[in-house]
Amino acid sequence: MANASEPIADLIGREYAAGFVTNIESETIPPGLNEDVIATISAKKNEPQWMLDWRLEAYRTWRAMTPPEWAHLKHPPVDFDAISYYSAPKSQKNRPKSLDEVDPELLATYEKLGIPLHERAALAGVAVDVVFDSVSVATTFREELGKVGVIFCPISEAIREYPELVKEYLGSVVPVRDNFYAALNSAVFSDGSFVYIPKGVRCPMELSTYFRINEQNTGQFERTLIICDDDAYVSYLEGCTAPKRDENQLHAAVVELVARNNAQIKYSTVQNWYPGDENGDGGIYNFVTKRGLCAGVNSKISWTQVETGSAITWKYPSVVLRGDNSVGEFYSVALTHHFQQADTGTKMIHMGKNTRSTIVSKGISAGRSQNTYRGLVRVSPNAVGARNYTQCDSLLIGDKCGAHTFPYIENRNSDSIVEHEATTSKVSDDQLFLCQQRGIDAEKAVSMIVNGFCKEVFRELPMEFAVEAGKLLEVSLEGAVG
Amino acid sequence: MLTIKNLTAQVDGKKILNGLNLQVKPGEVHAIMGPNGSGKSTLANVLAGRAGYEVTGGEALFEGKNLLELSPDVRAREGLFLAFQYPVEIPGVTNLQFLKAAVDAMRHHRGQTPLDASAFMRLAREKCKGLALNPDFLKRGVNEGFSGGEKKRNEILQMALLEPKLALLDETDSGLDIDALQIAAEGVNAFRSPERAVVLITHYQRLLDYIVPDYVHVLAQGRIIKSGTRELALELEDKGYSWVLEEAKAS
Repeated sequence: MANASEPIADLIGREYAAGFVTNIESETIPPGLNEDVIATISAKKNEPQWMLDWRLEAYRTWRAMTPPEWAHLKHPPVDFDAISYYSAPKSQKNRPKSLDEVDPELLATYEKLGIPLHERAALAGVAVDVVFDSVSVATTFREELGKVGVIFCPISEAIREYPELVKEYLGSVVPVRDNFYAALNSAVFSDGSFVYIPKGVRCPMELSTYFRINEQNTGQFERTLIICDDDAYVSYLEGCTAPKRDENQLHAAVVELVARNNAQIKYSTVQNWYPGDENGDGGIYNFVTKRGLCAGVNSKISWTQVETGSAITWKYPSVVLRGDNSVGEFYSVALTHHFQQADTGTKMIHMGKNTRSTIVSKGISAGRSQNTYRGLVRVSPNAVGARNYTQCDSLLIGDKCGAHTFPYIENRNSDSIVEHEATTSKVSDDQLFLCQQRGIDAEKAVSMIVNGFCKEVFRELPMEFAVEAGKLLEVSLEGAVG
Repeated sequence: MLTIKNLTAQVDGKKILNGLNLQVKPGEVHAIMGPNGSGKSTLANVLAGRAGYEVTGGEALFEGKNLLELSPDVRAREGLFLAFQYPVEIPGVTNLQFLKAAVDAMRHHRGQTPLDASAFMRLAREKCKGLALNPDFLKRGVNEGFSGGEKKRNEILQMALLEPKLALLDETDSGLDIDALQIAAEGVNAFRSPERAVVLITHYQRLLDYIVPDYVHVLAQGRIIKSGTRELALELEDKGYSWVLEEAKAS
């Protein structure tokens, strides 16, 4: 009993399975950022002048900003001149017309990651866009989607092919000057996915994007834009991995969602960027701005995230509830281990009448990690009848980690209801012993206890993802108890 | 089945078991009684391998195997079951999921194929019925929001499903009203067989009205100071422990 947490403390550290490097010749521009670099990126993408102007404007805005320091995170300052802002496999210079033309080395990479790109082999009913470093290398099922009018393509292509849509919506939810990393992303973003679901269409399959950072000393700055027109529906999934490297790498993405009248967007993430090793060396710095706008009446945006990777996570998928009766949801599992730090949560901004939001956050801390929930619920004076329910649960494994909760509530409407519940618990030795006494080994027991804790979030995930998420937790916690 | 020789153990540096000897054979039911702090629960926890209970000497053999060098989950799979005095909650994990994982682990250890979901469900429902438990009980989180009586009956349910060779029941009677006690006792009696043994740890003679033991032992200051049969328990109820303690001191 002298050190009651010992059996658990010994049980957390399997190998990061996605940590391999693909040996492929890449074209990487030299590190550093200036207007010429931005012009180079824009030229590589064959962008129209308006896009370059937008980027340069963003760059100038970014130059005048400073990195945010309010998060509960400790890390050395990022040297923005040491990062290369563009890297692409040489073989991808002219984007292949079909999968058969994709570099076999790339296909093998995704095969190894469990994402077979050949449509024959692909999961039935899931279309995939794969982004490798700074470029999209393949998008599957485009033809089938095109038949119902759904556009699913790399954003670089959308800028050329659908300029009117991009002009109308890019930066409309996350303005350039929203924050330091959003401004940086606006200046240098290289690829990402673009989705447009036309009026009245229920997207016939799940759409997904798989992000992979491969090249050393590069950052990944993807940009995703999803527009769901009146009465349309889409479920979108994203996954991310990176090789194991000793130095930190930067990932600064922006995701914007727009839901028009009666539209619904379900956005699920399984984030498994390289988390660094057991001594806290290496790992991805993940600074991401994700926001959805419920622009129309009765619209709904739902974020579900399972965050197990990254050395630093700074991410607050939010919903602006502008349309009357619109609904925002945020379901999150954030697991930190070893020296990982996560400061994550959401913002629900109630503007329309009778808007409703639900926040369920599950934070799991193990090792010497720090896990923070940060959330804002704002109810504007016009949001008559607004309701929010927030539930924030923290689970500690061992006694060297930390869990923190910063819920902010700004309620300017007396007619609204805002509820907040929070709990903190420990995977206790008693729970572990009960499982073991029934014949269940310690690792399986911890995984069962943690999965039970996350159940409310996992059931929001699409089936295949829920299974993957459960397995991911198991791997991430390996060695957490002994 | 179980042979304990001169066992000594400490908790937080404090000596609790002090040269304990006990022999349990298949088919037998032993009751261990004794005043508060005599080491009854420590004995159960040491045998099951709970962290923080440090064995400092002696041995405990379970079917000839040195119990003390096995991890808690292996002891369980070998057939040692502990019904907890204070069963802990595991929120979000359903009782069904928990029981299935436990039964799967046991069957795997015994070289049996795992039961499929529907066969397991049938078995679990049947065992629930025997303990007057509503089958909805299986869908609830492990011990989550259970009443004291439900928690204890859940322990007996687990015993019935796992079919151990030796069951240690740590104050299973505490906190039970008379009806719940009877149901739990019926569960234990149904479990009794010539191949299985039961060790009951209890404060009160009352339990032994329903589960009749072959042997009764008095545990005091970390040792068994007197052993007898059913009559000893009645005598203890009548006269308390002081005379046994006096007797032990005199010898």
